[in-house]
Amino acid sequence: MDLMLIAQLGVIGLTFFMLINASAILVLAERKIMGFMQQRYGPYLVGPHGILQPLADILKLLMKEELRPKGADKWLFTLAPMLSITAAFAAFAAVPWGAETRLFGLLDEPVKLGAADVNVGILVVFAITSMGVYGIVLAGWASNSKYSLLGGLRASAQMISYELSYATSLAAVILLAGSLSIREVVDGQSGVWLGFIPSWYIFLQPVGFIIYMIAGIAETNRAPFDFPEAEQELVAGYNTEYSSVRFALFPQAEYINMTTMAAVAADLYLGGWHGPFLPPEYGWIWFLLKVGAILFTYIWLRWTVPRYRYDQLMRFGWKWLFPASVVNLVVTAALILYFNA
Amino acid sequence: MIPLSHYLIVSAMLFGIGTTGVLLRRNLITILLSIEIMLNAVNLTFIAFGRQLGSVDGQIIAFFVITVAAAEAAVGLAIVIGLFRHRESLNPDAFASLKW
Amino acid sequence: MPETLIFYALSGLAIGASAMVIGQRNPMYSVMMLIASFGALAGLYVQLDAPFVAVAQIIIYAGAIMVLFLFVVMLLNAPKEDGSEWDRSHPLRQPVVVRFGGLLGSLLVVQLGWALLSTRGLGGGVAAIGDAETVSSVRVLGRVLFSEYVFAFEATSILILVAMVGAVVLARREGEGS
Repeated sequence: MDLMLIAQLGVIGLTFFMLINASAILVLAERKIMGFMQQRYGPYLVGPHGILQPLADILKLLMKEELRPKGADKWLFTLAPMLSITAAFAAFAAVPWGAETRLFGLLDEPVKLGAADVNVGILVVFAITSMGVYGIVLAGWASNSKYSLLGGLRASAQMISYELSYATSLAAVILLAGSLSIREVVDGQSGVWLGFIPSWYIFLQPVGFIIYMIAGIAETNRAPFDFPEAEQELVAGYNTEYSSVRFALFPQAEYINMTTMAAVAADLYLGGWHGPFLPPEYGWIWFLLKVGAILFTYIWLRWTVPRYRYDQLMRFGWKWLFPASVVNLVVTAALILYFNA
Repeated sequence: MIPLSHYLIVSAMLFGIGTTGVLLRRNLITILLSIEIMLNAVNLTFIAFGRQLGSVDGQIIAFFVITVAAAEAAVGLAIVIGLFRHRESLNPDAFASLKW
Repeated sequence: MPETLIFYALSGLAIGASAMVIGQRNPMYSVMMLIASFGALAGLYVQLDAPFVAVAQIIIYAGAIMVLFLFVVMLLNAPKEDGSEWDRSHPLRQPVVVRFGGLLGSLLVVQLGWALLSTRGLGGGVAAIGDAETVSSVRVLGRVLFSEYVFAFEATSILILVAMVGAVVLARREGEGS
């Protein structure tokens, strides 16, 4: 009992540690990739090739003065970033990131690599992601400032609008896999077709994958859907009045949400930890590579594509993306019936 | 094993709190929130009994209650918005002009 | 033993948060307290082997309906104090009335509890008939939902459509302003 318990606690701790590192690495990666795409070096002064830049950023943020506007609601102003970051971390808890491992023979039974193995895992991730809306809307309200309120309302309206397409594209994957547990969805993608094409769901659901990616980008308020926090339009949107630690939690929550979306996409559409050359215990290496590729795409999109205006964004979400995802679901269901009958 | 009676007592207390809120509070939104508390208490009873009898029906009915509560909250809040536009107040006593 | 602890913690949170919902003056705080209560109830559903309803509760109730409440509270800029000046002299806000109302509320709880507990066969543990796997399986839930309850399912979808249209129409500003 004890060794298994310690191993599981170790896996949970490692997941948490990985997430914190992911947000730090993403801070650096975003600025370096943005720099290289704009034909300049990113940060390169702090540490070799700027590797210690996130450390400098975090130290700077921690040492700033904690401000709170006079009319701001005392409790909700502090609660909002806590809600954001808690929802961001908790959503990743239901995402598995590797197959089982015996830790080189130390354990009697294998321990699954993932903080929790829930039999309704996909829904749990979706549920906790939808709780992240509260952080933003409360931040906008509690700041008692018109830029913040507008930014907060717009961001939350955008998030709940794109949740529909997000959930419907997930429903199509659930139909293919026949289970709500993410681990079983990944295990349904092991194997290859024709000897070399991996049997990932992205080949069965190309439209669904694109819809999921677009909805994921809109859910995390990333470009080109980041109008509510666009620097040029609304000062800084819902986090205008925040400073120091409370502010630092918001972009960290955003990066962790990005990582969760990328991880769920890798698990559901790209085969998770299955890959050609490595044994299953080391599948997490493939998982990291896939998540890295999707995160690179996120950053690439941000610095390539111009921003949608807010009404264009909402119109796209309601009138194009949601009907497309419903049609995707219906077609998937029909094809499953046809090929199984 | 937690006895069924424990769940039912929790549900009864929640229902009592919801009813007290509906009857005593003088704010339309808080009244709607108290109605949601009552619906949740009923959900808990359904699921507890469903588990006791080993059937899935309890969960299905609770699921329908959640859905209908969503529809009712939407319409109720739309009505509250309309009322607020008329009288600029959320106090139900402000809408007493039909009284004798 | 940990099961009992979790039950008491979750139900204590649910009841405490609900009591604070009706006790707060600021409607924003009431909404946040209710979200906490919903979270605790979702935990209780998980303990009752109903994970799907628990997650549906979080997604629909805590994640969508409460956001709607929050939007309305922010849109109406709901006043902090519970009404305007006449409220303090309102007969229903006198301390005597509030205490009497609380007494009636507790009486309701006791009556309900007695009525529920005096039904036959309620003394045993919760897992009386049927094992956890059958009840908590989403597959079984889906099958029953679409076979026995399909009429209710379709009627609920029409209900949601009607509610959506109705809410949009009711909350729309009048053309000429009124």
